[in-house]
Amino acid sequence: MSFAVNLPLFCIVASLVCSVVSSVLDGKHARWLSMWLSFAVAVSSLLVLGAVRENGEPITYIMGHFPHPWGNEIRMGLLEGFFSLVFSTVLFLCMKGAKIKLSQDLEPSKSQFYFVMTDLIQASLLVLVYTNDIFTGYVFIEICTLASCGILMIRQIGRTTLASVRYMIFSLIGSGLFLLGVTILYNITGHLLLPSLHEAAGALWQTGQYRIPLTSSICLITVGLAIKSGLFPFHYWMPDTYGCATPCSSAILSGLVSKGYIFFLLKVIFSGFGTEVFYGSGVQNVLFVFGICGMIFGSIGAIRENDIFRMLANSSAAQIGYVYLGIGISPEAGVIGALFHILTHAVTKPVLFLSASRLSDAAGGSKRFKDLQGCGYAFPLAGFAFSLGALSMIGIPMTMGFMSKYLLAVAGLEVSTKAVPTLLALALSTILNTFYFARTIIRLYTPGTPLARVTARKAQAPFGLSAICFSLLNLAAGIFASPLIGLLRQGLEYFGKVG
Amino acid sequence: MLQTLWNSRVNCIAVILFAVGFATLLLHRNLFKKILGLNIMDTASCLLLTSMGYIEGRTAPIIVDGVTDVTRYGNPLPAGLVLTGIVVSVSVTAVMLALTVKLYERYHTLDLDEIYMIARQEAGKEAPQ
Repeated sequence: MSFAVNLPLFCIVASLVCSVVSSVLDGKHARWLSMWLSFAVAVSSLLVLGAVRENGEPITYIMGHFPHPWGNEIRMGLLEGFFSLVFSTVLFLCMKGAKIKLSQDLEPSKSQFYFVMTDLIQASLLVLVYTNDIFTGYVFIEICTLASCGILMIRQIGRTTLASVRYMIFSLIGSGLFLLGVTILYNITGHLLLPSLHEAAGALWQTGQYRIPLTSSICLITVGLAIKSGLFPFHYWMPDTYGCATPCSSAILSGLVSKGYIFFLLKVIFSGFGTEVFYGSGVQNVLFVFGICGMIFGSIGAIRENDIFRMLANSSAAQIGYVYLGIGISPEAGVIGALFHILTHAVTKPVLFLSASRLSDAAGGSKRFKDLQGCGYAFPLAGFAFSLGALSMIGIPMTMGFMSKYLLAVAGLEVSTKAVPTLLALALSTILNTFYFARTIIRLYTPGTPLARVTARKAQAPFGLSAICFSLLNLAAGIFASPLIGLLRQGLEYFGKVG
Repeated sequence: MLQTLWNSRVNCIAVILFAVGFATLLLHRNLFKKILGLNIMDTASCLLLTSMGYIEGRTAPIIVDGVTDVTRYGNPLPAGLVLTGIVVSVSVTAVMLALTVKLYERYHTLDLDEIYMIARQEAGKEAPQ
């Protein structure tokens, strides 16, 4: 067993230590520390991925040497390594790209606290990805919520406080339901570690004992995490929250935090309940229906908006709908589509938020569509990155968005009862997506006079680097999708393999 | 039926408390009462865990008089989970209270509907429901 198996725990501890250290540094050094932390996490995730590949099966890291059913474990599979790689890379690129914007939005005396929060988000995302213990997951879900609230309210305009209160209320409802679900599950199975839970839940399901408590605990856990990740009809906090936060926070929240919850839900479904129990309980049909509603209503909400950030926020609600649609379809092909869409959204939405903020700078800080006319010419790179991201969200071939829609459609065709609704929902939501994204792109490239062509033209380099990286990732994963899908497929097999 | 209810009376109370807290958190307009609802909800989960962890006649797992018989002692894990739950609940409550103070300083009311109305007037545009 190689040294790399120790890395996930090191990364988690390092993130927590960095968050404490950042609070006594000044803003500049805290940012530096935070960014290199993400970079280090990305590198170690690569090493972990290599170790798992070499080992040929998932590795369980037992903390304190108490084997299950006692003790606490970290579990490394292909999906875990890969998603922590993606999450930390995206976090790095977000902080890189929003460097200038952050220095404008944050009070200099308080800016280090922003990076305390991002370090905590990094730590909790890592735990949500790697942990094998459902209660540890709960604790870090709460840490993630508090840290997200922190990066929202750090920009002190009146509305951000209001938006954070809304965000907190919805999140707390979600985590309350999750905690009740975990409590009931613990009461009937006596386990918190996912492998033991898997055996106990499978046995209970087969004997039919405690059927109602088991089903309700599955419902509570699923609904709790769905609320936290913003599934319809609980997406109303999104426009307000993403609309007025600093763009870097919106990018982190929509691209990473909500995805962390979904990944943890998938982990609980596959390693905890087992697909047989989860897909036997019928909860997936609820996710399927609400996923479709989210896709449609999120897009309709986006069309009605007059503010580019609120439009993107509503579009995030629609994309979350896609992911839950995939989970609702089937445990194999559907979940692969959902995982691919998580990647698509994690790579695309941050660059949309960052470049939208750049474009709104060109319009003198206005986020209204009518002021954004012609801004694509003022900042060509931001215009390009935005357009590419928008095309990916619509699902144009050669981008990631196309592949995830394709995978979801193929998955839908395999399940006869869900084929027609899936295809109809995909078609309708693609039309709606096209409507609002095409409208924005046309507006950006209609000749006009941007209000402040000269503002902040300097120091485009950090944003440019991050926008180019995001766009390249998007194109690369869209064109060479099959190795990625192969990895996801094999990772999913490892995911269900409990031992 | 009644016997079953009586046997699981603590669980029933916990679930009722949870529902009360949940409804308050979701539906009440007053921000401070929402926070109270949140606390009731968390307490209900703690009650459920504690009641399940307690077995009549067993004591805390601290060996006294050299008795190592497993049936004498209860499982300490539920109590540990309750402690963790309390810590989480306290920190969340603290953040919510801080946010409430901030909002009150700015809008001079704790009624969320009124705050939305003021925010809408300030922004001069439609605020979401």
